[in-house]
Amino acid sequence: MTNKNLIAGATGDWEIVLGLEVHAQVSSQAKLFSGAATEFGAEPNTQVSLVDAAMPGMLPVINQKCVEQAVRTGLGLKAQINNYSVFDRKNYFYPDLPQGYQISQFQQPIVGEGTIDIDLDGGDVKTVRIERLHLEQDAGKSLHDQHPSMSFVDLNRSGVALMEIVSYPDMRSAAEAQAYVKKLRAILRYLGTCDGNMEQGSLRADVNVSVRRPGDPLGTRCEIKNVNSIRFIGQAIEHEARRQIDIIEDGGTIAQETRLFDPKNGETRSMRSKEEAHDYRYFPDPDLLPLSFSQEFVDTIAASLPELPDDKKARFIADYGLSPYDASVLVSEGENADFFEAAAAGRDAKATANMVIGSVFAGLNKAGLSISQSPVSADQVGQLVDLQSNDTVSSRIAKEVFELMFEQGPDQGKDPAVIVEEKGLKQVTDTGAIEAAVDEVIQANPDKVEQARERPKMAGWFVGQVMQATGGKANPQAVNKLVMQKLGLEE
Amino acid sequence: MSKLTDLNLAQARDGLRDKQFSARELTQAHIERVAAADKLNAYVLQTPEKALEMADASDAKIAQGEARPLEGIPLGIKDLFCTKGVRTTACSNILAEFTPPYESTVTGNLWADGAVMLGKLNNDEFAMGSSNETSRFGAVINPWRGADQKPLVPGGSSGGSSSAVAARLGIAATATDTGGSIRQPAAFTGTVGLKPTYGRCSRWGVVAFASSLDQAGPITQTVRDAAIMLGSMASYDAKDSTSVNLPVPNYEAALTGDIKGLRVGIPAEYRVDNMPSEIEALWQQGIDWLTQAGAEIVDISLPHTKYALPAYYIIAPAEASSNLARYDGVRYGMRVAGKDIDDMYASTRAAGFGDEVIRRIMIGTYALSAGYYDAYYVKALQVRRLIAEDFTKAYEKCDVVLTPTTPSSAFAIGEKSDDPLEMYLNDVFTVTGNLAGLPGISVPAGVDAKGLPLGLQLIGKTFGEEDLLRVAGVLETAAQFTARADDWWSAE
Repeated sequence: MTNKNLIAGATGDWEIVLGLEVHAQVSSQAKLFSGAATEFGAEPNTQVSLVDAAMPGMLPVINQKCVEQAVRTGLGLKAQINNYSVFDRKNYFYPDLPQGYQISQFQQPIVGEGTIDIDLDGGDVKTVRIERLHLEQDAGKSLHDQHPSMSFVDLNRSGVALMEIVSYPDMRSAAEAQAYVKKLRAILRYLGTCDGNMEQGSLRADVNVSVRRPGDPLGTRCEIKNVNSIRFIGQAIEHEARRQIDIIEDGGTIAQETRLFDPKNGETRSMRSKEEAHDYRYFPDPDLLPLSFSQEFVDTIAASLPELPDDKKARFIADYGLSPYDASVLVSEGENADFFEAAAAGRDAKATANMVIGSVFAGLNKAGLSISQSPVSADQVGQLVDLQSNDTVSSRIAKEVFELMFEQGPDQGKDPAVIVEEKGLKQVTDTGAIEAAVDEVIQANPDKVEQARERPKMAGWFVGQVMQATGGKANPQAVNKLVMQKLGLEE
Repeated sequence: MSKLTDLNLAQARDGLRDKQFSARELTQAHIERVAAADKLNAYVLQTPEKALEMADASDAKIAQGEARPLEGIPLGIKDLFCTKGVRTTACSNILAEFTPPYESTVTGNLWADGAVMLGKLNNDEFAMGSSNETSRFGAVINPWRGADQKPLVPGGSSGGSSSAVAARLGIAATATDTGGSIRQPAAFTGTVGLKPTYGRCSRWGVVAFASSLDQAGPITQTVRDAAIMLGSMASYDAKDSTSVNLPVPNYEAALTGDIKGLRVGIPAEYRVDNMPSEIEALWQQGIDWLTQAGAEIVDISLPHTKYALPAYYIIAPAEASSNLARYDGVRYGMRVAGKDIDDMYASTRAAGFGDEVIRRIMIGTYALSAGYYDAYYVKALQVRRLIAEDFTKAYEKCDVVLTPTTPSSAFAIGEKSDDPLEMYLNDVFTVTGNLAGLPGISVPAGVDAKGLPLGLQLIGKTFGEEDLLRVAGVLETAAQFTARADDWWSAE
């Protein structure tokens, strides 16, 4: 079997091995161990409790909501839920880390092994194993660009709950890593446990990259910290893998280190070597009791899980007869899938899927709108599919009608039937009228008729001319049939 | 000596209720006595205006017939407790003039019960010490002294609290105990020191030393006073995850004096090498008193006792090394400028922390380091569990344990300050209670040949404070400890 993921070096093929540590901000009103708010974009240092600022004598108290969210996520990743876990302190000094330690989970995380099925090009599916998920505090933010000689610190993020989701090194290409992040993001959003907003830093990834000859043991890895977009993840991996291959092929060895990705030049650069790595001196946080909860607690959360992307995709394929590709496009966002299902209710699902993907998503994408901001409602899309199915309009006219609806803006004014009526876009199915149009084109172009008899493909040109002449309203099948007849090209 | 400053808490409370004197008079008497006691260095901050304001509020309450449990009782507060709007330093330079915008739960409970704050009491820096010689404000002096009149330590880390209560510079005081820091100073000063069960008093707002060991408690003149104080200090606090949600009993009501049939365990392993004969004799005296009161004496074994001190001096510094990381010069307290951030940290912490604190941060950092963690920290936790199991087994045979509080009476200032290991031995009888999370109390039981006070310690079951106080009350009655330090230090 050939491996399409291998990349060529000067001395032969190489395989990239990738493992990801994704930091996902828990959707919750309050921080992991304090009551301060977590809203994005607030004025610096306005969402900071005494605990977050590590004032003397302040103590952390676990936020139950964050525990629920972690368990919920674990269930969504089909993972082992640990009813007993321990919070540890990870000790290091940094100005945006007020306590001098981050409360995290080291040896006993809240969630153990699970899996994510990632969707690859061509409808292929690959299973990536999850090693663990643990809860931890985010740090604050150091601002280095506010003053010529000083750095400022914003503690709004200090103490915000993160889930660190660690994969096994199961991915073999940048595309797989990107598909992994996309899928993980979709699952988190379905579950409502993380908003997945990478621009705001709600989701960011540390990417572990190594290369090896196919079949060899794992190579030395470098960790690229805090990559905050799916595109950058791809760029960082491509660059880092190439860098490592070049070093090895030049007779060098890879030094294990932490690297940073610079989006400006698309390169990674060294942040600190293994020798400079911190000794974090993890130990159980004596301010917190071990985290334990009952199986009933887990069962209650399990009972409230929504249908997740994989299940939805399977259902769309089975119940609607959609292709795996269309199904995975539709389920990538829960709201998109809901929109489709609302539009497809009681009508041709495939045609609906085509219109939702081809017109709705494309239109929204172009306009930079989200599905909830769509100027065309699911119901209107459904009505339009009906008009197409019952031959009131051709697919081409349907597209035009959609664009008209889209342009009318967010008031979702006129239904498609009204637009068709007003603009006189109703499909001409009257054979007599079409026949007249066909005759006219044939008479006007005797040379083309001659050519068409020798090259039957030319028939398409006549169909096009007739459609143009009828303003696109003629039924294309009827036109086609008549053109073939009149040109004597009947099969 | 002013009569009002001779009163213990129960007497002062009753006198206030009977309107024999006002809270203002009581407070004023203490303010004056504190102001004349600079030689003891017990207070690091006096708050007379605040005290009188609080006393006036108490007089109003009393006038309305709404006196609360500690109405009008003037107290000293260990400087480890954060007090809203009142400088709190843990007696460390690193906190500079830090003034908390919040009140610790324990002191908040005291004020809610009507108590009056006289000021903040000295302690060993970050509560690290057994002699109160490591404070940024200098050593505290024990009001007791021997015939040679050498200044003695008041014990530590709550040396300001013990010295103040012994010298009547407050009716009672708050204190904290991580390895013996309430009980040892109480023993050195002829006062009562009660360390409650871990989780009984909230740690919220108390500057942390070693989180899994720290516990607040009172130093008082009598066992009854300790019971009254604990009743107000104790509470369940949702802001402290290690606080235990149990109702607070009426501890004073537990002082029935009846211990007939109660089983008192005597641990063989506490007969340490070189124990002074007068300590040995005092211990036997305690056994005899309790026997005469109808208790049953039971020989017990706490086999892992000898590992307690080494385990404690791993666990406490390990936690401290992390707890004290927040004092970094970034947000509050002292900052010494540096050429970069690492230099600023290093300069600030080198200047802000004293030698003993630095020593413990170094020990703790080492014990938690990669490659040493299992050999030190994990092993110490195993020892800790074994020590707790020792007590669990012992309590199948007995209800309380009786031991000496300390291996000696108060020593001279400077006598042990150059030898940390010698200093650490002071905690040998008390650390087990912290490691096992058990309540313990030191009761003044006699004086040694130098005329210095000695204490006996009782260790109770988890949340067994009522039994503990009852037995302590019996010991106190039997001991008839009436000796008092004279007022040699007074500028009055």
